[in-house]
Amino acid sequence: MRQDNAQLPQREGEIRIPSGCAISGIFSKTGEKINGRKIIDSIATMHDRSNGLGGGFAGYGIYPQYKEYYALHVFYESSKAKEECEKFIDKKFDIINLSKIPVRPTPKITNEPLIWRYFVKPQHNMLESSHLDEAEYTCRNVIQINTTIEGAYVFSSGKNMGVFKAVGYPEDVGEYYGLEDYEGYCWTAHGRYPTNTPGWWGGAHPFALLDYSIVHNGEISSYDANRRYIEMFGYKCTLLTDTEVITYIIDYLVRRQGLTLQEMASVIAAPFWSTIEKYPPEERERLTYLRNTFSSLLITGPFSILLGFSGGMMALNDRLKLRSMVIAEKGSTVYVASEECAIRVVEPTLDKLWSPKGGEAFIVTLEGGER
Amino acid sequence: MKIEARNMHFKDLNEAVRHTSDTNIEIDQCLGQRYIASGLGGKSITINGIPGNALGSYLNGADIVVNGNAQDATGDTMNEGHIYIHGSCGDATGYGMRGGKIYIRGSAGYRAGIHMKAYKDKLPVIVIGGSAGSFLGEYQAGGIIIVLGLDREDSSAPVGRFCGTGMHGGKIFLCCDNVPDDLPGQIIVHKAKREELGEIEHYISEYCAHFGGEEERILSKNFYILSPNSKNPYKQLYTYN
Repeated sequence: MRQDNAQLPQREGEIRIPSGCAISGIFSKTGEKINGRKIIDSIATMHDRSNGLGGGFAGYGIYPQYKEYYALHVFYESSKAKEECEKFIDKKFDIINLSKIPVRPTPKITNEPLIWRYFVKPQHNMLESSHLDEAEYTCRNVIQINTTIEGAYVFSSGKNMGVFKAVGYPEDVGEYYGLEDYEGYCWTAHGRYPTNTPGWWGGAHPFALLDYSIVHNGEISSYDANRRYIEMFGYKCTLLTDTEVITYIIDYLVRRQGLTLQEMASVIAAPFWSTIEKYPPEERERLTYLRNTFSSLLITGPFSILLGFSGGMMALNDRLKLRSMVIAEKGSTVYVASEECAIRVVEPTLDKLWSPKGGEAFIVTLEGGER
Repeated sequence: MKIEARNMHFKDLNEAVRHTSDTNIEIDQCLGQRYIASGLGGKSITINGIPGNALGSYLNGADIVVNGNAQDATGDTMNEGHIYIHGSCGDATGYGMRGGKIYIRGSAGYRAGIHMKAYKDKLPVIVIGGSAGSFLGEYQAGGIIIVLGLDREDSSAPVGRFCGTGMHGGKIFLCCDNVPDDLPGQIIVHKAKREELGEIEHYISEYCAHFGGEEERILSKNFYILSPNSKNPYKQLYTYN
């Protein structure tokens, strides 16, 4: 709780607002460049699922000229925070390029923090003496900034991808960041309707850690059980919002434990025991093992999520399917959205359209792997 | 009256529908506008495109034809009237429906007919031509749900898991050769006799009249009827104060 400074806007966890959200994703399997305008048009169709308290986007393949480097997107509440954070980044990383992220001021987006972008690589000696791999090294330093430097928040830290988010309606946020100037093979988007917490810039979706980004519609009733477990492994849930914990759970299960995305889905949206009993022995054993081993990472409550990662995208609903989700294909492009209208608006004729079952992961990856 | 809806906000579209004196309304290029025909009676509406959530909520006698798919909560708490969907429907179709009829050519998502109820002359009916998702008829208290499974090539039940969970009234007719293997103990299921199908003949005939198909051929297939088992009632509350 930050009761020491009354001027700071209220944060997650300091207030509860009783209340849906919208998510959308577009993915080109052939790696064709999709302009950021397309994802804005899609999410804008679901305007009334948001209330103006948060909107955001993640684009993959948008920084091809810097694809070897981690792109850190940072919000600063003061120049003092910037100074302190830059000193930290400079010590831990080699900065290849830095700049303000270009924005177009609009009356629809207010209370802007300073928004900076750094293309970095881990400082060689520091990395060596840490005995960590590059990703873990970067991850730990990002968490350190977010938990120890007051007024600094790294909201994007992957390679060849970037998150753009703010308090506002998603279409206004997209125009604010000028997303039509970016092109990538994958975009995800979120329109926020915060139900328990106020909106602040860091609390908008997507939530990202390294190249994983999450947009989420729903409310997790297992938040605290999940948080207590994941914090044992060095993650710090600083935002007191449920989406943040999903991001860390996925990073933990997939990057650190080496589970496949399918296995990860079988952990967080595990089938009921009564359903598991009906599977053939081998599948039953696999699901039982995953449910038992990671029982504290079962996510309960309604959710539909889109996970972006390098070279792919995954869509998943909670096991009871308490939130809507539609998937469609046209040629080599895949669309996922909370509502069919958000797909039809950018692609009126589709080859295929369906809704995945609750707990059934839909995964799409670039043909021929990441590039 | 014809309305081009593509860029209209739902409030403007719904006001235009409500305030016109025309009784025949065509909505073109519909794209996600919510609450169309909410509470409406005495009008016929044709929708080309994709209507938004809660189409025909509280519908009170109007007839709606959708040339396309419908999204979630179609016919939410509807009271009277008809909705014909030439495509498929999203989740929670007929949510808390208490009267009127919904015909879906294709399939329905999760929780179709959740909390449906019947009272005196009010008998809500949902006819699904394809398959239904999980939790069909969840907490169903009355009315009739019919699933034809016309999209199925095998003999499996045209429903997902947990069909009829919490069902305590009404009937579900499933056209298939095998019943779902996870029906709750509070439900009884039996193979329909030909005379029992008399109760749904009219609805099948109406389905075929709108979407095509042979009524006799459908009725000659095997149907199962699911209904609450009054000899094994629910003994536990599922909520506590």
